[in-house]
Formats: sequence, structure tokens, C-alpha cells
Amino acid sequence: MKKRYTISVFTEDQVGLLNRVTIIFTRRKINIESIAASDSEVEKVHRYTIVITETEDTVKKVVLQLEKQVEIIKAIYHEDDAIVFQEIALYKVPTDILFAGKEAEKIVRSHYARVLSVESNFTVIEKTGHKEETQALFNDLKPYGILEFVRSGRIAITKPMKTLTSIVEELENEIKHN
Amino acid sequence: MKTDELAKEGKTKSTKTLTGAQAVVQTIIDEGSNLIFGYPGGAIMPVYDALYDVEDQLEHVLTRHEQGAVHAAQGFARATGEVGVCLATSGPGATNLITGIADAQIDSTPLVCITGQVHSHLLGTDAFQETDVIGISMPVTKWNYQVTKAEEIPMAIAKAFYIARTGKPGPVLVDITKDAQFETLEYKHEPFRGMRSYQPKSELNLDDVQKAAQLINGAKKPFVLFGQGVILSKAEQEFKAFIEKAGIPTAWTILGLSALDSNHYLNVGMLGMHGNYAPNKMTNECDVLIAVGMRFDDRVTGDLSRYAKQAKVIHLEIDPAEVDKNVKTEVAVLGDAKESLGALTQLINKKDHKEWLLEFRKMEQEEMETVVNEELHPSVDTLSMGEVIHAINKVTDGKAIVVTDVGQHQMVACRYAKFQQSKSMITSGGLGTMGFCLPAAIGAKMGRPDKEVIAVIGDGGFQMTIQELGTIFQSKTPVKIVVLNNEFLGMVRQWQELFFDKRYASTTMINPDFQTIVKGYGIATKKVEKREDLSKAVSEMLSYEGAYFLEVKVGKENNVFPMIPTGASVSEIRLK
Repeated sequence: MKKRYTISVFTEDQVGLLNRVTIIFTRRKINIESIAASDSEVEKVHRYTIVITETEDTVKKVVLQLEKQVEIIKAIYHEDDAIVFQEIALYKVPTDILFAGKEAEKIVRSHYARVLSVESNFTVIEKTGHKEETQALFNDLKPYGILEFVRSGRIAITKPMKTLTSIVEELENEIKHN
Repeated sequence: MKTDELAKEGKTKSTKTLTGAQAVVQTIIDEGSNLIFGYPGGAIMPVYDALYDVEDQLEHVLTRHEQGAVHAAQGFARATGEVGVCLATSGPGATNLITGIADAQIDSTPLVCITGQVHSHLLGTDAFQETDVIGISMPVTKWNYQVTKAEEIPMAIAKAFYIARTGKPGPVLVDITKDAQFETLEYKHEPFRGMRSYQPKSELNLDDVQKAAQLINGAKKPFVLFGQGVILSKAEQEFKAFIEKAGIPTAWTILGLSALDSNHYLNVGMLGMHGNYAPNKMTNECDVLIAVGMRFDDRVTGDLSRYAKQAKVIHLEIDPAEVDKNVKTEVAVLGDAKESLGALTQLINKKDHKEWLLEFRKMEQEEMETVVNEELHPSVDTLSMGEVIHAINKVTDGKAIVVTDVGQHQMVACRYAKFQQSKSMITSGGLGTMGFCLPAAIGAKMGRPDKEVIAVIGDGGFQMTIQELGTIFQSKTPVKIVVLNNEFLGMVRQWQELFFDKRYASTTMINPDFQTIVKGYGIATKKVEKREDLSKAVSEMLSYEGAYFLEVKVGKENNVFPMIPTGASVSEIRLK
């Protein structure tokens, strides 16, 4: 059965690695639903957070094929309940809708969204949350006219307590022993 | 100059000032290579210029096409167990390497490919002969890297050799911009010692070894399959000790072929689509299946949903990504085959499975009567591919290196060629690259000049890299070339006959006179069309000092059997 999985990939900080990472998915024709790249808490270790919907069997194979790449330090997959995750969405709406009656303002309040910027002709609203939550705000604002919408990839922190630092230390020690 | 003066100039006593191009050449030498294959061009010219000065330490073989260079490097690597090195220019030079790199990737052949690249300030501008070879080669390399500064060269190339040869070997590519080749650097060779993100092999888990031993000790009908892992780990002796102690019938993949003596009493033959009858059938009869250094390729397994379902599978494998990829294992022993087998052999009981082995031999007899006898001693006038291989066996006594191309002749050569020494069968297995054979044979012969190297090729594949006859001519490499000419793309024709109602779409070959072509290259030739001339011609070829071309006209519409049709189970192997 296909399910949503979040894959965390920790890599060396190297040009072109994103391409190596995505090839593993694209050669199996797996759609990457979202991808976020950033630094990690360890210096010169980069991390990618990738969301796909697949069977666990396929995800396992993909993760092993990721780890096989020379410059990938570690790849781990998680179901949603093993991670704390978040996304951010920005909505550009006509500023008028916040004045013309109070409905739009109520929507923003009820979703605990923030107003980031107010210009004379448009306003930018920010909402962080799970995809379902940012989508709910989108649906509620839609009747008032959304000029532009963007949602980030998922970022996730894992619940298990084994730290990246300890993983990296173990791997570095192995080289010293060689 | 005093040390502090040297230090002021960024030098130490142990370094010397070199250009990037000189550093490329020097690092290759310092990594232990003395032979490279390549083809010059604009963006790699500084390296060629540097080669000119070190011809006595690093021989360069000029092939006639970059694909020839990379296949030759593969042949060299497969015959010697060392890293093969090839050199090409940017753009088309680099893209011409790709087929060979993909072949090396899927067949785990250690290669270092070095390509020239346009000046770094021109990168991304569609400059003359610019191509994104890093992007293009990424899916088919174990690792690749673009160098834009001379100072990166020694470490990049040392790292390339390290990655190519360690763990599960594979091809790597280093792309070097022309300006980096011209700049100077302070050179010092330092071997690469490893990186945190790359663990070449897992530490052996003794619990897993113990579990595997228990399964083997309890097995009534155990069966061993092995692949190239045995050769790559240099574990031939350990492997032989293991099967002999366990007394288990043993079959091979075509990449594993030659790691075990063809005449060994436990050798029951070839796995897969055109493999032997018994090992395919018995895969679905055994109770414990022990796979050593092989990856359950679909050409070996047939329909996976009906593959060895009754058996408990033990997988000795260096690459964690291969475990459970195609076949679910009961016990996986991760690590280098040499270590794993050594540990496992200690824990298994000395046994023989005489009756079980006898079952294989009975089936083998069936195959002999239905397929093999007719192939090796045909009752018809036309020559068969099998009898040519048989005639070669008689003279070489299993001591020659046999290189093949891809297709019917390849399957026949794998089925019937006999081997006594490891690393003696060089074939394009995973990728199935037509045109592989001729250049790979050149590389193999250069790597092992002490061995007879026989290239067995079909008339189709021969014409895919026929230009490498020029390399043989210029380098005077004494390879023996046997073209089995059936004037068809035989394997595709066989499938058309069996599965496409004999609709022979584009498989007929109207060939030129190969004798005339080969003579043009100054190579001794002979053409055989009759049975009575075959043995003499083979002997003549093998006693000839230089390169030799033997063309044998074989039956046009002969088929290779047995056969497991696509989608069928190994137990549905057809004898006819």
C-alpha cells in the first residue's frame, strides 16, 4: 500500500549532489512531492527533506540506493508520526478584501495566520502548518480572490534521539581506524 | 634553497611545481597505472602534451574512437583486476565515453575516466565542444567531479582511483577545465584515505554468519549461485574451499564465469535465460539457496514471483542496496566475499550431497542429449557456433582469456567455453553492449600480454567498433579475433522467430567482405565455411604470433537453447 513518507538525506556540501539525489527517484519514475534543502546542525553537512507517496518496500530500496551514493552520509525514511514537520505558505490577496466587510479578516484570524506585508493594492498573508492546514486557508480565501500562492516543501525534525553529530562522529572514527 | 625560503614560496622539499596537466599524468603514475587508453582533442591537449614527456612511464594507446578507449580500459580492468584508465576531450569526446561508463557501472568495473573541459570562464555558455559531462554521466558513474583549479587535481584523481577500486568497484569521471590544466601547482602525491560519507564495505556481522552456517548445515538440498563478487574480492580460493567443504552444487552467472574451474566436480553450469537446464530447474527445487556476490539480475531470475519461493535464501553481498532488492533473503551477510566466505567456511560442517548432485548430473545428461551434442557435433552440414568454441577449447585447454560481444555468440561462448583460470571471461553482462568485444579484447591483451586473448564476436557487433582494427594495427596487439558470421543479428532474429511470427524486421545483415577489410589493416585472416577446415584454422590462428582474424560462416538461422522466455519462471526453461 502506498503511503506518504518523509526522507531525510544528509550529504556532503558538494555542487551537483541534488542532481544525484533526484536521479534515484526519477529513474524509478517516482514523483517528488516536495523537497527542501538546507544546512544541518553539523558543519558542512547538508540536508534534504523529501516527501513522496510510495510503498514502504520501494521507499526502503530508494533509501539504500541513496545511501550507496559516495557523498551521501545517511538517508532515513519516516512515516508522519515519527517526525515533527511543518510547511509555510504565502498568500497574496487584494488589500480591499480585508476592508470590504469583516469576513476575510475573520478567516485570517481563525486560521491563526499572520499578515506579513500590507501595500495599497495587495496584502501578503503567511500561514505555517501542515499541508492540510495551509490548504484550508487557501480554500477559505479563494472566494475573495487569491492573486498569488506559494507553499514551501516540508521540513521535518525526527523524533528518535540519535543525533546527526553522533552518526557523523562514528563514521569519521571509522576512517581514522582504517 | 633553504626550507624557510621554500616555505615562503609555498613549497616544501617534498613538493614540485607542475602544471595541472603534468599533475594529472603524475597522479595516474603515482596511483600505479602505466597504461591508459584515449583520444586527443582541444580541451585535453595540455594533458596529451604532458604525456609526451613520460611515455616511458605511462603508455598511451590511441584508439580509433572514444568508445573504443573506454571499452579497452574495461577489458584491461577485467583481465587484470586493476583500475582501467581512459582519457577523452570535452564535448563529443566525453559523450562517446558514456556507453562504456554505463557498462562499467552495471558490471562493477573499476574505471577512472578523465575528460577535458572548456575554460572555466566559458562553463555554461555553450562554448565550442562544451557539454555538461558531469550532468550526463551522473546516473552512470559511481562518483564524478569537475575540477576548475589546478590545485584540486592531485586529490581529485587520487580520490577517483580510491572510489573506483574500493567497495563495489565502478567507474568514476573527473572533468578538468583547460585552464586548470595550464595553471601550476605544488605537487605532492598523497593517497586518498577515505571519507565519512563512503564506507566501502560493511564490517562482518558474525551473528549473520552464524545464522547462515546453521541454515547451510541443516540443508538437505542446498544450492550455491555465484557472480562476479567472487572475482572482484579475489575470493576464488575461499569460495572453492567453501563449496568443497559444504559439498554443494554450484552454478554461476556469466559475470562470475571463470572464477571456478569449468571442470570442478561441483560446477553445475550457467544460470539464466540461456543457461544450463539443471541449475535453472533446481533453483526451484533447492531448500537453501546461497547467493555469493551476485545481484539476481532479471536475466538470471526470470519471473521473480516464481523464483526460488520454496527456498531459504542466504545472500553474501558487499552492497547493502542489493540485499532484498529483487529476492527476499532469510539471512544477508554484508561484507567483502573474501572475509564472509572465510568466516562461513569455518562454521559449516563437512558434507557431501552426492544424491542431490546426482540429480543435477541426470538433468545435465538430458540437456546433453537434446541440445549440447547437436550443438558441438552437428548432424547438419552448416557449422554451429558451439563447435567453433569447442574447437577453441581443444587448443587452449581453458587457459585463454575469452572476450565476447553481445548476442547469440555470447551465450554460446559462455555456455561452452572452458576455463581453468579466474578473470578469463570478459563479457558485457548487465548493459549488453554490442561493440564491446573488439576494444575490450585489445585492453585485455595489453593488460595480460602473457595470456592468449580470443575475441569472439558476431557479425553485427564486429561492425559496431570495427574501427578498432586500426588500434590493433598501430599497436601491433596480437589479439585473436573470431567472427561468427550468420549474416543476421542472430539473437533478435531468434526472438523474431519465436515471438514475432518470423517477421525478420531489420535483422538481415548484408555484410561487406570482412577478409578484404581486415587485410587492409595488415592483419592475417582466414575464412572457414566447411567443417573439415575448422580445427586446422583454429590451430593456425592460435599458433600465429601476431593478430589474427578468423571468420567462420555459421548456420544462418540457428537458435540458442535452452531458453527461458521473458516472463517465464526458471523452472519453465525450454530445451527446444
